[in-house]
Amino acid sequence: MKFPIRVLLTAVIASATLVACTGSKTKPSGPSGPGPSGPNGPNGDTGHGKYTVDSLDTDSCLRQRVVYFDFDKSEIRGEFQAAIACHAEYLKQFRGARVTLEGNADERGTREYNMGLGERRGNAVGSALGAAGASSSQTNVVSYGEERPVCKDHSEGCWQKNRRVEIVYTSKQ
Amino acid sequence: MKAPTDMPKISLAKTFLGFLFVAFADLAAAQGKLSGETPTIVIDKGIASATPITVVPFHFEGVTLPPETDVSDVISNDMNRCGQFRVLAKQDIVETPTRGSEIKFPTWNMLKQAYIVVGREIEQPTGDVRVEFELFDVAKQQQMLGLAITGQKTGLRDVAHQIADLVYEKITGVRGAFWTRIAYITSTGVGNNIQYALMVADSDGYNPQTVVKSREPLLSPTWSPDGRKIAYNSFERGNSSIYIQEIGTGAREVVSANKGINGAPAFSPDGSKLALTLSYGGNPDIYIMDLASRNKVQITKHFAIDTEATWMPDGQSVIFTSDRSGKPQLYQASPSGGDATRVTFQGEYNANASISYDGKHIAMVQGNGNVYRIAVLDRATGESKAISPGNLDEHPSFAPNASMILYAATEGTRGVLYAVSADGRVRQRLVLADGDVREPSWSPYRQRGQ
Repeated sequence: MKFPIRVLLTAVIASATLVACTGSKTKPSGPSGPGPSGPNGPNGDTGHGKYTVDSLDTDSCLRQRVVYFDFDKSEIRGEFQAAIACHAEYLKQFRGARVTLEGNADERGTREYNMGLGERRGNAVGSALGAAGASSSQTNVVSYGEERPVCKDHSEGCWQKNRRVEIVYTSKQ
Repeated sequence: MKAPTDMPKISLAKTFLGFLFVAFADLAAAQGKLSGETPTIVIDKGIASATPITVVPFHFEGVTLPPETDVSDVISNDMNRCGQFRVLAKQDIVETPTRGSEIKFPTWNMLKQAYIVVGREIEQPTGDVRVEFELFDVAKQQQMLGLAITGQKTGLRDVAHQIADLVYEKITGVRGAFWTRIAYITSTGVGNNIQYALMVADSDGYNPQTVVKSREPLLSPTWSPDGRKIAYNSFERGNSSIYIQEIGTGAREVVSANKGINGAPAFSPDGSKLALTLSYGGNPDIYIMDLASRNKVQITKHFAIDTEATWMPDGQSVIFTSDRSGKPQLYQASPSGGDATRVTFQGEYNANASISYDGKHIAMVQGNGNVYRIAVLDRATGESKAISPGNLDEHPSFAPNASMILYAATEGTRGVLYAVSADGRVRQRLVLADGDVREPSWSPYRQRGQ
């Protein structure tokens, strides 16, 4: 009955490794105390902020994850400054948090040019987050150009929904 | 652009492997004709300058069933869609000679035909079919061509396109480009079930084959000059990357997967280099990659978006899109770098160049307000002329002999492909049975065995 023993052994080693990892992670790693979200890692909450990880789902400002743009423009409109400030604040508070800024364009114009336009919009949001305190290592821009429309009608009503940057959290803390 | 009143009304409809192949007929009318077994070509109004030619139905000589492909139909359709010829409608073909000695020239003179093609399909003991054909000048009563091409019974569309190429070249003096292929992108399904595919088909849309499928966007397919490989942009890795794939074997490799955009690939005319758009330096710029060493040279260094590079036929410069002056316009630069010079001045938006084989014409997307059409720029005069009538037309691609241009248009919420004669007078739509079709790219001339 060699086989079951080997399986068991593997399982024991695996759980031992798991325990070891978990153990090292729960050790205090700096002067900052535990934040409201519970145990904090080296990249976690600094403990002085106003947000918890749950705020991403509950805070009305942080729940705004889409920034819309004017045609052929990458300037951030005033109405989105507040949301960007909130996300920058969150990123400042949770240095381990990471966002992908997905840039998109409407269908007008050529696909590869729109790839550039989507990136320019993603970069605009990235710069605004940076200016408000987020670190550049926390943001990553991916442009989808006009390849990922949320609306497929050929009208301004639809186009304005597609000219957007989506803020996608790939790591929350 | 309003369609010229002398625009010919051609309609041809036939189902083949799920393809609808429709030319200039409204969809309802076309669907009505699909129920008929015989494909028909109808010319309601001819073009004064188009050359009248008759392609007499070829006679099959064999012991088994005649082949599925009607060779003379394929030739007729090729001649019609290029815009330079006007093929006599089948119902007006009053006599059916199958060899030169049987042609009664006064009949064809009376029908005002300039040329006549006759032929026969002879089944070989191997099962292959030998297609013998002759081209005659009706006025001179002279044979211009008398040749034979042998092919598999199931491969007679290839043979027919090659015959059309020979006839086209003999009359116009320009190599024919019917026996070529097209690459394009399709997307089917919506939301999480969306599926993208890079497809390759014959130049008339028949024989579609899947090159690669992906759940993430695919775009910008482009042919290597030997027609054996396609470079394209894929998001399979979560960000844009450039792949080069061999069509025959399916083998592929990632040649660029930098941070940011990896897009708009274009092979140099000698196939040794790839122009591409990369944005890891902060914004999209044009780079030239040596494919053997993978070394890159950055040839634009501007804060604007520089993209969609395409090579001049001599390989000495590239034309690309840049919004350095505000809106996108075309610019020209050396593949070793240096200053770029602006190429387009008419129209507020000019992008995505396709260059004719002689470098004299540039097809591009020209935008004015919310209307985007395909325009052809004559480099000698600097004048550009719209050749497509849509609102969201894009991605022009010249045939290797520049007789026609392939482009993508939007109809309703789906994308369709059109082939338009270089003068814009004859358009033909290639419709995939379902889904969205876009990003067409015309192959180089084919070599036998490809």
